[in-house]
Amino acid sequence: MNAATPVLEARHFSKRFGGTLALDDIGLTIDSGSVHGMVGHNGSGKSTFIKILAGYHAPEPGAELTIGGRPVRVPLAPGRFRSLGMAFVHQDPGLIASLSVVENLRIGAIARGRLGRIAWRDEVRRCEELLAEFGVSCDPRANVETLRPWQRPMLAIIRAVDEIRRLLRETGQHRGVLILDEPTANLADSNVGQLFDVVRRVQSAGFGVLFVSHDLDEVLAVTDHVTVLRDGRIAGSGATSSFTRSDLVRLIVGHDIPPAAPAPAQAARRTDHLTEVHGLSGPGVRDVDLSVAPGEIVGVSGLTGSGFAELGPLLIGALPAWKGRMRLGTTTIDLATITPGAAIAAGVCYVPGDRLREGCIGELTVAENVGLPVLRRFFRAGWLHRRALASHARAQITRLGVRPPDPTLTLESLSGGNQQKVLLAKWLQLEPRLLILQEPTQGVDVGAREQIFAILRAFVAHGGSVLCLSGDHEQLEMLCSRVLIFRRGRVACELAGPEVIKDRIAHECLGSDFASAA
Amino acid sequence: MNVSDPTSPAPPDHAAALRPPEASAGPAHQGAFGKFCHRYALLFAWAILIAVFGVIEPDSFLQIQTFTSMFNSQAVLVVLTCSLVVTLTSSEYDLSAASVLSLSAMLIAVLNAQMQVPIGWAILAALAAGLVVGTINGILVVVVGVESIIATLGMGSLVSGITLWISHSNLISGISNTLVTYVIVPQFFGISLGFVYAVAIAAGLWYFLTYTPLGRQLLFVGRGRRIARLSGLAVGRLRFGALMAGSFLAAMAGVFYAGTSASADPNSGDSFMLPAFAAAFLGSTSIVPGRFNAWGSFAAVYFLVTGIYGLSLMGIQVFIQNLFYGGALIIAVALSIMVRRSETREPDIAKEGN
Repeated sequence: MNAATPVLEARHFSKRFGGTLALDDIGLTIDSGSVHGMVGHNGSGKSTFIKILAGYHAPEPGAELTIGGRPVRVPLAPGRFRSLGMAFVHQDPGLIASLSVVENLRIGAIARGRLGRIAWRDEVRRCEELLAEFGVSCDPRANVETLRPWQRPMLAIIRAVDEIRRLLRETGQHRGVLILDEPTANLADSNVGQLFDVVRRVQSAGFGVLFVSHDLDEVLAVTDHVTVLRDGRIAGSGATSSFTRSDLVRLIVGHDIPPAAPAPAQAARRTDHLTEVHGLSGPGVRDVDLSVAPGEIVGVSGLTGSGFAELGPLLIGALPAWKGRMRLGTTTIDLATITPGAAIAAGVCYVPGDRLREGCIGELTVAENVGLPVLRRFFRAGWLHRRALASHARAQITRLGVRPPDPTLTLESLSGGNQQKVLLAKWLQLEPRLLILQEPTQGVDVGAREQIFAILRAFVAHGGSVLCLSGDHEQLEMLCSRVLIFRRGRVACELAGPEVIKDRIAHECLGSDFASAA
Repeated sequence: MNVSDPTSPAPPDHAAALRPPEASAGPAHQGAFGKFCHRYALLFAWAILIAVFGVIEPDSFLQIQTFTSMFNSQAVLVVLTCSLVVTLTSSEYDLSAASVLSLSAMLIAVLNAQMQVPIGWAILAALAAGLVVGTINGILVVVVGVESIIATLGMGSLVSGITLWISHSNLISGISNTLVTYVIVPQFFGISLGFVYAVAIAAGLWYFLTYTPLGRQLLFVGRGRRIARLSGLAVGRLRFGALMAGSFLAAMAGVFYAGTSASADPNSGDSFMLPAFAAAFLGSTSIVPGRFNAWGSFAAVYFLVTGIYGLSLMGIQVFIQNLFYGGALIIAVALSIMVRRSETREPDIAKEGN
């Protein structure tokens, strides 16, 4: 097999959503037996490109696609990629945890109903051979839930390879493309190497691999070629060996390390009444220490899967921590045993990012949602004073500018921004010491975003503390006085004052070596 | 006797009486009047039903006695429905409730009629049995994590087994007259104390669900367990409590059953199962549409019973009960889902506000 034959060539891929060009004349070539990396920020066009290949989006006219040397008509019908020898592995590996390894490997065939009688013994034997070929040691009869977390994406990759191979055998073609979309996002550092080993074996079996990631270490470690997307265009492309890490960061962010803004006159950070977290370890995070002072809005950011998003559930007790302590004034809480009720009683409130699934109940009214944490205040002489509760809720939401300020409406009838303000009202009425927000302006329009910022600033001005977990760097720049950056479950660096600029945050999330250079 | 008479107009009338008021209440443009209709549709439907039977069977149906006997005899069903309202509010299905009713009635019969235990102690034993079953349900569902529908299905069968065992599969009669007096014997204007208890229990449940923090918290637990937990509620304890309260109320229904018939049949609860679920779901379409609620269920019980009673007056055979209650359950569940959907879609205008 000629190693340099392109298995996939895309030319002039563009995609317009409304007025914005999400993808602007992208071209990409993947050679067989090579791994092609694709990096870029959220919104750079990576997923749009992949979705065109999957047949989920239709590209603008003029796009050309050649697979295995044969031109293919675009747009592709959804699912057509399969018959062209392409396979996708996404961040969520799409395995059924309660079924065995061998059943998961054959799930595609079972779903398509192409099997006659299933000869399980033969399947198990084939499965063993396949696992051995890619260097994965597990029992084909074991349930997927018993596998180590890093073995799951491996299994998904092997399944994809196996499906391509079956197809190639049927059609007589002999080239396949495997598209890996952030396969490592949920993995801890130490085991990524084993996954790369599988990727290299796939590569040496003659497949072309498109490796989509925003983790530069991985891209530098495993790819031969790399293409950087920014704002829907190709910002740079070439052999991986010709790029340094800093080159890639510069291409992704689009600027050199941004100049520090002139430091605004800032009140000195208070050092009393701190809220401190010591030695927090749990699913996704390791040995995290942090402190928030009264009057401070601290941002926490990182790449998807870096562990920053787990901080909220861990501190509130919704996700069990392994160890760690939180000190609030004079009280110290053991984070391994904390429950949401205890956290709230201690003055920690959490506003989740997924409002309608975790924050409040959309089909109930605003008054009921706001009233939930303070029901006991309105229960006097054996009677819940519903009218007093409703007028209390009305006062709270009016104070925060909810439109319309009508507590009898169902929550889901409000706009996203107003829902978020109701949620803030629900927790701010308790006057917490620490308010933890996750993506507080997700699905919120610009005007409401400013209002939410104003609400938070007023809250800290009265001595509250805010921890804002977000992947939206612009928002962190506007809101925060300090930002902690997570990489691989640890606090990798802390930006303060004039360093809190969105491009700088982006650099640090990607692990730019700026810190050492400075 | 004339069931097979194809000209009999009754069944279609029922279906019609059940369906249109709620279904036709348009979700998009509901003013105060629409809301009012929505809330009280079940009561209108009930009135229509009474009118229809009144026209068809004026002599036998439109009697005070018809109504007093209906009110008195269905206290058991009201209490059992209240038990289901509690568990359904927390989003658990308690399929063992009817079996607990049988067990409770049978315990009273065995202890009081056969072993001469004073009636007061027998009642206490019956209620305690309900709490025991509720505790086991709670352990299975909350602590172990079994789906409530499966756990209570198993418990229900187990409990009926015990009932058959202690009764040797016999109907046992001869329960103390005191209980009968205090439950079914008409006391004033033909109304018995049993009906008064049923009203009191429904009122208590209404108070609990509407006017106590605990009732509100239970609603949140039922609607979104994760949200409730993140809001700091003791979700496990609330679910456990709901299952215990449900079984306790079912046992109480058993006490009233024993008082109503002065005897206990090992299978007595079975015939209550479907009507109770039908009433709970039908009740959730009215009074407080979209939520399981006490007065809605109370009205639904009497709506359904009126239907059955009217049909039986017309000489329709026993199998119609199954058809009627089964059909009512299906329609009620479908309706309650539609009502919930229309409730949540209602104020579209507000969305434009921002």
